[in-house]
Amino acid sequence: MHVPDGFINAPVSLATGAVAAAAVAVALRGARRELGGSVDGSGHGGERTAPLAGLVAAFVFAVQMLNFPVAAGTSGHLLGGALAAILVGPCTGMLCISVVLLMQSVLFADGGLTALGVNITDMAVVTTIVSYGLFRLLVTVLPRRRPSVTAAAFVAALVSVPAAAVAFTGLYALGGTTDVPLGKVFTAMVGVHVLIGIGEAVITALTVGAVIAVRPDLVYGARGLRRPLELRTPDGTVTVPQAAPAPSRSARPVAVAGLVAALALAGFVSYYASTSPDGLEKVAHDKGLDSKEEEHAAKDSPLADYQVKDVGDERISGGLAGVIGVGATLAAGTGVFVVVRKRRSRTAAAPAGTEAL
Amino acid sequence: MTSAVPCTSAVPSLEVSGLAFAYPDGHQALFGVDLTVGRGERVALLGPNGAGKTTLVLHLNGILDGGAGSVRVAGLPVDKRNLAEIRRRVGIVFQDPDDQLFMPTVREDVAFGPAAAGLRGAELERCVDKALAQVGMAAFADRPPHHLSFGQRRRVAVATVLAMEPEILVLDEPSSNLDPASRRELADILRSLDVTVLMVTHDLPYALELCERSVVLSGGVIAEDGPTRELLCDEELMRAHRLELPFGFDPRSVAVPR
Amino acid sequence: MGAGHAHKLYRHARSPVHALPPHCKIAAVFCFVLVVVSTPREAVWAFGLYALLLAAVAGAARVPASFLLRRLLIEVPFVAFAVLMPFVAGGERVHVLGLALSQSGLWGAWNILAKGTLGVAASVLLAATTELRALLLGLQRLRMPPLLVQIASFMIRYGDVVTDEMRRMRIARESRGFTARGVRHWGVLARSAGALFIRSYERGERVHLAMVSRGYAGTMPVIDELNASRAQWTHAAALPLAALAVCLTGWMLT
Repeated sequence: MHVPDGFINAPVSLATGAVAAAAVAVALRGARRELGGSVDGSGHGGERTAPLAGLVAAFVFAVQMLNFPVAAGTSGHLLGGALAAILVGPCTGMLCISVVLLMQSVLFADGGLTALGVNITDMAVVTTIVSYGLFRLLVTVLPRRRPSVTAAAFVAALVSVPAAAVAFTGLYALGGTTDVPLGKVFTAMVGVHVLIGIGEAVITALTVGAVIAVRPDLVYGARGLRRPLELRTPDGTVTVPQAAPAPSRSARPVAVAGLVAALALAGFVSYYASTSPDGLEKVAHDKGLDSKEEEHAAKDSPLADYQVKDVGDERISGGLAGVIGVGATLAAGTGVFVVVRKRRSRTAAAPAGTEAL
Repeated sequence: MTSAVPCTSAVPSLEVSGLAFAYPDGHQALFGVDLTVGRGERVALLGPNGAGKTTLVLHLNGILDGGAGSVRVAGLPVDKRNLAEIRRRVGIVFQDPDDQLFMPTVREDVAFGPAAAGLRGAELERCVDKALAQVGMAAFADRPPHHLSFGQRRRVAVATVLAMEPEILVLDEPSSNLDPASRRELADILRSLDVTVLMVTHDLPYALELCERSVVLSGGVIAEDGPTRELLCDEELMRAHRLELPFGFDPRSVAVPR
Repeated sequence: MGAGHAHKLYRHARSPVHALPPHCKIAAVFCFVLVVVSTPREAVWAFGLYALLLAAVAGAARVPASFLLRRLLIEVPFVAFAVLMPFVAGGERVHVLGLALSQSGLWGAWNILAKGTLGVAASVLLAATTELRALLLGLQRLRMPPLLVQIASFMIRYGDVVTDEMRRMRIARESRGFTARGVRHWGVLARSAGALFIRSYERGERVHLAMVSRGYAGTMPVIDELNASRAQWTHAAALPLAALAVCLTGWMLT
């Protein structure tokens, strides 16, 4: 969902643009580290960033056109934020999605130029940070096996899409140009995006599963899995065998505590959501979904937005409020851990860089 | 069989001695390669899959290093200090031209190497035009590479390295995926160039057509080195290194254009 | 400038708009859209003037109206959203044809429709008159980080290559009798997506090798220098300045 010009007012658009620019600047630095060329500290590592990130961006661009049929002639497609973050790391993923959004805006007029900051912030920044943070958290908590990675990818992708919707609602609250009550925007946005998130989660988990079966070394988010097996470099640095189990031991209680805290918070938010005075104007809402989907089908664009047409509209009812709350709060809770995980993955990524080519 | 290397100049274009290399995962690909290629020679590097051909090629411009032995290009040792100069002198044409042609237009792609070496303005223009003319692609300078045919892309890939005026041109499977006409055109171009050529190939007739001398890399060492026709006629040797001639091809009865 | 480097929206022509340097055009379009977004929605006439300004630019660029209108379809989902607004927004109600519509919702819908449409139209004009390569050079000239420009140009260069690989994989699947029809086939599709990722990443590694082999050390050599004369900047600035005048008048009148 590419926000056009005029949806968010000018000051908030510009401010969000600044936030997006800052995030991209951080990601540019981070991507060099993630793409693993930093063999000698002499800027040698930056060499790999452009071709690799460019190809991953081309991949995201292409895979968004891959149709996943749902039933009876309808289909959905991947948004790719969570997938990119898990496969190539949060910074590279953020960078790739940002570049895709920029090119879509400039070349295809898809998403407004002034709304570029808004689009990058929700779809590139929030999605990748939330999904990667949650993914790392779950990989740490779950047993160290491949099915855990797939499961973690599922949850990360599931939450990342409504998290982007929450971020959009937040921006809308600050700079929305219409006075649709916030509760309604929140429920509509998050409701629809939970559904989209389910599709995204299935596809992401299956794709990550497919990559990890063939080239587990290419799944950035799961590098920790094979670490104990592979780190005995020819120059005899054997620091890793004892370092490898350490993070899982020390991080796991913290991660579990974080998860519990997030769930407790989730209870609070879902309580708020279900008792919010506006409730759900179900009829208008369903109508909205219908019309939106019909237009989608008519639209002849290779970059058509994600479509989940045939999931029953009536299911987006009050019952979802709890799920939404859990998602939103997990996302918020995860945010805190992202910093921790990032620092950890940075130290872990250093030895991985020694492999040639 | 170690034939006398016909050196046409005092300093050979390429000298590889005792080169051994193992990948970080422990897989050893090269076990002491010795190879000398004189200036102006065209040499075919033959060998079965997994013999270490690509590993050897990546040593020639210092992308891989850290093993034992040494590589010299026109007398200059390949090491970290003179990497830029080495990469200018050794022009590698990779197998898939889509990997090699990464810039938006043919002209910019050909200009990439010389521009990275510091050439600018009219001098750069001249250098690009000359390289494109050498491969007969001057008319396509402003086209994006992905709009060209495969044969044309391969020729542009050759031009991208020719623009750097290399001492030695290294081609990885130059004839793969080419139709017979493109294959012949490329052969004509390669013959017309006044440059040392090392050609990695499975295409034995092509090796015979273009290279007087061949070396066989097998099991990470140079197993044979000699005139191409003699090697191709030695059935026992061919079998031992999994080399096979195409059906009906008899190297004895072919007249080689020189 | 590479001729013939076309993308979907680009329309080759010789016109004063095509001839402007890309960074001037990008800056002008951005400022124009920003001005449009800042205009008070009550100044309905102002949006009419903006549309006339864009029509004048389209005329100068020889972009036919039908082309421009067809590209506006990309906005359709948001039209649907805007149509919904009068029903869900709060506040005073007005009765039109027996429907109770929210007044502020109507304004909101108008606001999104007018500004969104003008924004898309301006972007389409930019893309229609500027070559892909020129757009990237323009962005670089406007101080977008070089690494980002490099990533974007690699994405553009290899977008077709990767899409083509995806197409070949689909043909290969279908040739073996597999057609994805429902959710139960997602596994196969996802495996294709996974394979596509691996191929793309490995191609990235090969491209890197090819670049390093030609002396790449982290920065792209500057091959084309872009420079804009004062006159060109003035021409490009005509659009946003005219819009700014309209906008300021709008603020004073409402």
